[in-house]
Amino acid sequence: MSTKPTGEVSYRIRRFNPECDAAPHWESYTIPLLPGMTVLDGLWRIKETLAPDLSWRSSCRMGVCGSCGMLVNGRPRLACNTQITELQSDTVVVAPLPNFDIVRDLVPDLAPMFAAHQGLLPFLIRDDVAERESPTAEFWQSAHELEQYLQFTYCIKCACCMAACPTFATDALYSGPMPLAQAHRYNNDTRDGGFAERTQVLGGEAGPWRCHYAGECSRVCPKGVDPAKAIQLMKRELVLDYLHLRRKYRPALVAPKPTGGKRREGIADAPARTV
Amino acid sequence: MMRDQKLWTWHIAAGAVILIFLGMHMTVMHLDGVVRLAGLNPAGGHPVDWANVAARAKIAFFPVTYVILLGAALFHGLYGLRNILFELNPRRVVKTMVSIVLMVLGIGLFAYGAWAAVASFTLARAA
Repeated sequence: MSTKPTGEVSYRIRRFNPECDAAPHWESYTIPLLPGMTVLDGLWRIKETLAPDLSWRSSCRMGVCGSCGMLVNGRPRLACNTQITELQSDTVVVAPLPNFDIVRDLVPDLAPMFAAHQGLLPFLIRDDVAERESPTAEFWQSAHELEQYLQFTYCIKCACCMAACPTFATDALYSGPMPLAQAHRYNNDTRDGGFAERTQVLGGEAGPWRCHYAGECSRVCPKGVDPAKAIQLMKRELVLDYLHLRRKYRPALVAPKPTGGKRREGIADAPARTV
Repeated sequence: MMRDQKLWTWHIAAGAVILIFLGMHMTVMHLDGVVRLAGLNPAGGHPVDWANVAARAKIAFFPVTYVILLGAALFHGLYGLRNILFELNPRRVVKTMVSIVLMVLGIGLFAYGAWAAVASFTLARAA
């Protein structure tokens, strides 16, 4: 990134310190605009030069960890993944993700989202516990079966979809797009046998039934995941399950090793462990 | 725990029933000029002419479909209304009361409508 400023950019940031503020308030900052500058870069610049007590979450700076989800110019985005010039505005308005309590400044309390996520058992559930705990080989799965859930594995739990969801904004019992999409991801994984267990939660008020299919979750997802599609597919599966029409399958078996478990000739041993 | 799964399935099923039976209603009552259904309008003229209504009332198929359509429409509509009210995020006790009121209302309207359908059939057959 060039260090020569191309102009200035104003940030309007919603600040809130629960230790001294009764309510959130707005503060403005002006910083030099550098080529290639992201919203997150700007926040760092403000923290380094103007407001050292400004708080937010961030980690990877490359749109992978999902930490820096925030409301930028009215839309939930990843701050690290949003170029300031892309906003086509002289002012960058930054606020914490809506639909969550605020811990401080731009830090939302995501604990309810992760509690809902955990409640929907986002992991492979199988009867063969010994194999699951101490795998002897891979579970067999075809490329077509992988395609059924692959896009939902790209979710980075940034909560942008939850912030955009109009149903989650008003319905305290609704799990929200991220947990539901992840439940669908595991329900559609042929290695998994936990559909019945997840249905105990999905079949109730926390399930997908309140979704209006506004589609905002899919529109704002920075990873291109389509949670709205997952929720509609999940509704269909749950209805078919109630009617006893859902296709049943045994969780995928352990795939036999192509070499019978013996190393092929000419392949060097793995280096010794260093940890 | 899995109550919503059950209710949603019936909600969708009721929607499908409404689609079919409302389609039949539209065909009989409003598309008579396009789709000629023998015997349903024996007096000729408009489908809601008294002679035609009385003739159809003598056919058991109609009161049966009226009752099924009534049940489906009431369930579909009242469950939808319940969902809208629940989105206002009321307390648990209010939700229970709303459910009870809507269920009593639905059963009452269904009983009244079913009685009207059966009565019209009985009277038409007696005439």
